[in-house]
Formats: sequence, C-alpha cells, structure tokens
Amino acid sequence: MGKFAKKKDGDLPAVSTASLPDIVFMLLFFFMTVTTMKDSSLLVENTLPNASEIKKLEKKDRVIYIYVGKPTREYQKVFGTEPKIQLNDKFASVEEVGSYILAERAKKPQELQNVLTTALKVDKNANMGLIADIKQQLRKVNALKVNYTTYEGNAFNNLQ
Amino acid sequence: MPRRKGAPEVNAGSMADIAFLLLIFFLVTTTIETDAGLDRMLPPIEPPDENVVIKQKNIFTVNINKNGQLLVEDQLMQLKDLREAAMSFLENGADGSCNYCQGRKNPESSDNPDKAIISLKNDRETKYSTYITVQNELVGAYNDLRNREAQRLYGRDFTVMEAEFLNPETPSNVRDELKDKVKRVQEMFPQKLSEAETTSN
Repeated sequence: MGKFAKKKDGDLPAVSTASLPDIVFMLLFFFMTVTTMKDSSLLVENTLPNASEIKKLEKKDRVIYIYVGKPTREYQKVFGTEPKIQLNDKFASVEEVGSYILAERAKKPQELQNVLTTALKVDKNANMGLIADIKQQLRKVNALKVNYTTYEGNAFNNLQ
Repeated sequence: MPRRKGAPEVNAGSMADIAFLLLIFFLVTTTIETDAGLDRMLPPIEPPDENVVIKQKNIFTVNINKNGQLLVEDQLMQLKDLREAAMSFLENGADGSCNYCQGRKNPESSDNPDKAIISLKNDRETKYSTYITVQNELVGAYNDLRNREAQRLYGRDFTVMEAEFLNPETPSNVRDELKDKVKRVQEMFPQKLSEAETTSN
C-alpha cells in the first residue's frame, strides 16, 4: 500500500499566486472603465435630492458644473453654515457665476459653445433664494440650458 | 561567447504589486458620477417684442410657499395630487381642436395643449428639495401624457424613445427614424413651463 504514501504533517502545499496579477489587472480595468476622473474636490455638502423623471447627461465635455450647499465641517469655522456656491475648487459669490460661465465657455471648442449645459448640483437643504440668484446670473450670460442634477429615486422621499 | 540557454526568465513576482498600486491610484482619483437630472430651459433675459395676451384660463398657476405648501389655482393642494391636476389641465381641450385629448372639455380650463401654460412660482425660502419634487411632478405630468400618446401611436413609451434618441451610441439610422416620432409626440404636448422670478413675502 505504498502507493498512497502520507505526506509529512505541517507540509502545506504552496498556493499558486501566479494568477494574482491577472485578477488585479481585471479589477483595475473594471475601475478604469466605469469611473471618471474627479475634476474638483467638494468643499460643500452635496446630498442631491431624488427625482424620477430624469434624463441622463450625455457627453461630459459639454457640461459646466456649479455646486451649492453648506460648507463641509472643516470650512464651517471660516465660511459659516449658510449655503455657498462652489466654482471649480473655491467658494464664490453669486456675482462671480456669470464670469465663471463665460470663462468656461471660452475654454471649450467653438462648435460646442452653443450647446453647453449648466449642471446645478445643489444640496437638498439649500434655499431657493440662492438658486434664483444663480438662475438670474445664468440668464444674464445667456446660459439657458440647465440641468438640476439629482439622484434617481422617488421624489416624495425629499419631503421627509 | 555563445549563449547556452535561451533568454533568462524575467521575475514577474512583483507584477501583482505594481497592478495593485495602479488599482489603488485609480480608486482614489476617480468617482462614479451621478450625472442625471431634470433638464430645464431658463427664459431669455430680454422680454419678447410683442406683448402676448394669454387668457387666464390657459394658465395653471402653482405657488410654493416657504413652508413647502402648494397653492394651485388659488387652492391649497397636496403634492401627491399635483400630477393628476396638471394632467387634467393640460389635456382639457375646451375648444375641441385637440382630438387626442381625453379631458373634460371644461370651458373654465385650458383651450388646447398648445396654449396651456404652467406657471411655477416659489418663495426665496422654499427648500430646494420641495422645488425639485414639484418640478418632477410637473415634468412627470407631461411625460405621462406623452407616454400615453406614444403607446397609442407607436406602441412604445415616449421616455424610452427619447432616451434612445439622445443616446450617442444609438446607430444613426435608428436615430433618424426616432427623431420624427419623438418630435411628433413632443408637439402633441409641448412643454410650456414658465418660472416666474421668486418673491420674498
């Protein structure tokens, strides 16, 4: 019966790790394809409201982003707790929105300048007064296409 | 000196480490974007040249106060009833020119979908979330009506057709075909949603 000779105890077979790089590369490619580069870090709280009748924003190069919300905790000492506007990587006042849109529009190629959309990423606890001021600024620079960015969900969840 | 063996084997043991490093880099610098929302057009800043007279019965006024309460056509209304009310206003069809409307033809309400205008007004202290919910319901009223007509004419939902039309990955021959259908349904119920400037009273 020497055919099935017992191995010595404590001599575990080594697990082959040769396929580990393949697995990790697979993960890497997955994340590279489904995610996009962060363009700016958020300085404001940004819990978007829910809506069900939404349309997808296609073509990221035609979108200008405006963030609105309460400053995050680390900035609250300096900027207070009232909702503020964030353009690119810094806080801005309402008057700066118009010139920001014009500057961003000038950066885009000529053929896209008339089809730009302004995506308003507004925290659900913000007040409409600030949004109305932003909309007024957008109208002044003729950036009339806006998208109120929301999460997909039941809109009545907003009211709780 | 001639080589005796083939090319020496490259040690690939650190490949996993390199790949992990790249993976972690991409995890940190990227986000999964949530880029979807309600598309709206703002009114141009210069007023139209000619003064258009709109009959009061063709305007559906929606007022949101700072506590998030709704005043629709001068009557208090719950948010969940708004979609139904907006739909019956839009397809009222009092002048009888709209043959696909299923409304009550109430002479006190809108003449036809082409003339019907929804006017949304809000307070400066209205919560943004309330505003989005109201916008969502009003857009939903239009979408429900358009879906119904698209189902009747083409056997498909309007929102599905529109999303496929706007998707850049759709082949262009399919898109050309969809364009006319989408446009036709849009013209049946043109979206006329006006936003007045906010008040602070």
